Amino acid sequence: MSVQELPTEDRRAWMGLLARARPERLAALLPAPLPAHADLRAPEIGAVMVRGRVSASGAPFNLGEMTVTRCALRLTDCGTVGHAYVQGRDRDHARRAALVDALMQTGRAAALRAQVLDPLAAEEAAARGLRAAKAAATRVEFFTLVRGEDA
Amino acid sequence: MYVAVKGGERAIDNAHAFLAEERRGAPDIAELTVPQIREQLRLAVNRVMAEGSLYDPDLAALAIKQARGDLIEAIFLIRAYRTTLPRHGASQPIDTGKMSITRRVSATFKDAPGGQILGPTFDYTHRLLDFTLAANGEAPAAPVAPASPDPVPHITKFLNRDGLIETAPPAEDTPADLTREPLSLPASRPLRLQALARGDEGFVLSLAYSTQRGYGRTHAFVGELRIGTVAVEMQVPELGFAVEIGEIEVTECETVNQFKGSKTEPPQFTRGYGLSFGQTERKSIAMALVDRALRWKELGEDNSGAPAQDEEFVLAHCDNIQATGFLEHIKLPHYVDFQSELELIRHLRAEAQAARQEAAE
Repeated sequence: MSVQELPTEDRRAWMGLLARARPERLAALLPAPLPAHADLRAPEIGAVMVRGRVSASGAPFNLGEMTVTRCALRLTDCGTVGHAYVQGRDRDHARRAALVDALMQTGRAAALRAQVLDPLAAEEAAARGLRAAKAAATRVEFFTLVRGEDA
Repeated sequence: MYVAVKGGERAIDNAHAFLAEERRGAPDIAELTVPQIREQLRLAVNRVMAEGSLYDPDLAALAIKQARGDLIEAIFLIRAYRTTLPRHGASQPIDTGKMSITRRVSATFKDAPGGQILGPTFDYTHRLLDFTLAANGEAPAAPVAPASPDPVPHITKFLNRDGLIETAPPAEDTPADLTREPLSLPASRPLRLQALARGDEGFVLSLAYSTQRGYGRTHAFVGELRIGTVAVEMQVPELGFAVEIGEIEVTECETVNQFKGSKTEPPQFTRGYGLSFGQTERKSIAMALVDRALRWKELGEDNSGAPAQDEEFVLAHCDNIQATGFLEHIKLPHYVDFQSELELIRHLRAEAQAARQEAAE
């Protein structure tokens, strides 16, 4: 199956999830031995310049860089190509993310989703929800003491 | 006469060994780990990421450990490291409107949609030393409350509706990059923001403070201060679409400033903008004030000759690595330079003495 036939939104979602995952968590969900593969681009640590916008909506400006590791590989059995761009400097993280990206384009997608993506997504949602709930608890409720016209 | 010499290798090696030992401190005290620094000295980590201009909390924590807590030295280490990294590309501009909010306050609108969310702030603490921290007190769990799923819109949008505040129309120009080409003046606003975002917090803070005290006054209110995480997306050529490559924490400050109007603009509020890596709100607010002060020419305001209005002064001196590099190099051997100064002084003194003797005779 070629890339063009895949629903891009779905692939964007799993690539993002894998990029944000903690390396040790991904390693635990996809333990060695890894499926046979050949590197197209061995994991490479680098930087991406993060841009912001003037006043949040105007012209782009360079805010600063972030570390990103990328990897591309091909599954040995079916030749499917997987790509990864993950946050940080962990080469194994990038390799595993590229492997999952490749496997998700094969018949093993459903199994991979249950084994790797669903747990990652659930844990991320729980962590985000907890942080948002802690922030919500610090939301200010104003009480009107005396209105000017009543005084 | 000066004779060229070399030497000092043994002294330097031993100095490095002494430094390593001093870094470790008393061996009967447990050694700090990098994750401890990353988790428990988070605001120091944030400052090193912001001014080191590289978002990587583990690296920043390592740099702080190596630098013995000297943050400018740690920033230096990060700046040096980042030059070794290949550039994979540039992200699409982050969308701070879609931020997962940790803290969000407005000093101008009490009832802003989305609310005033204080978050983990030092504001309203009494600044009394807490001796329970010295006794290894366990932190209580933070209370929770149901979070609203609604987006938290930028507050300046509400003023935009009535045309009371200047707009920042979208543009897609590729911004100039200080890390790729030397600073050229006059600088565009995007270039100034890049310089300020990586500028020294202390320097930018003092400049911002000077504008509040009247040196280039801009009457700033904090329209909005928001801290939280945003997704970073990048267009990947080999895929042909944009993917999320990670998530970063940022602090954004938008100031609302008085503006009397000019020949071309009606009286309206104007804006200053601050954005920095991590929870770094002092830096972000200061950046917004200095950004606004530097816009005097664009807005047709008077130049009062204040330092914060002087683009060359601000941009040439806000980088603490450039500053400390030039400042600290003067403690390194300058034997030859000084020898020539010494020769000159001796020569002038001899001449002066000869002239005095001549006059006396």
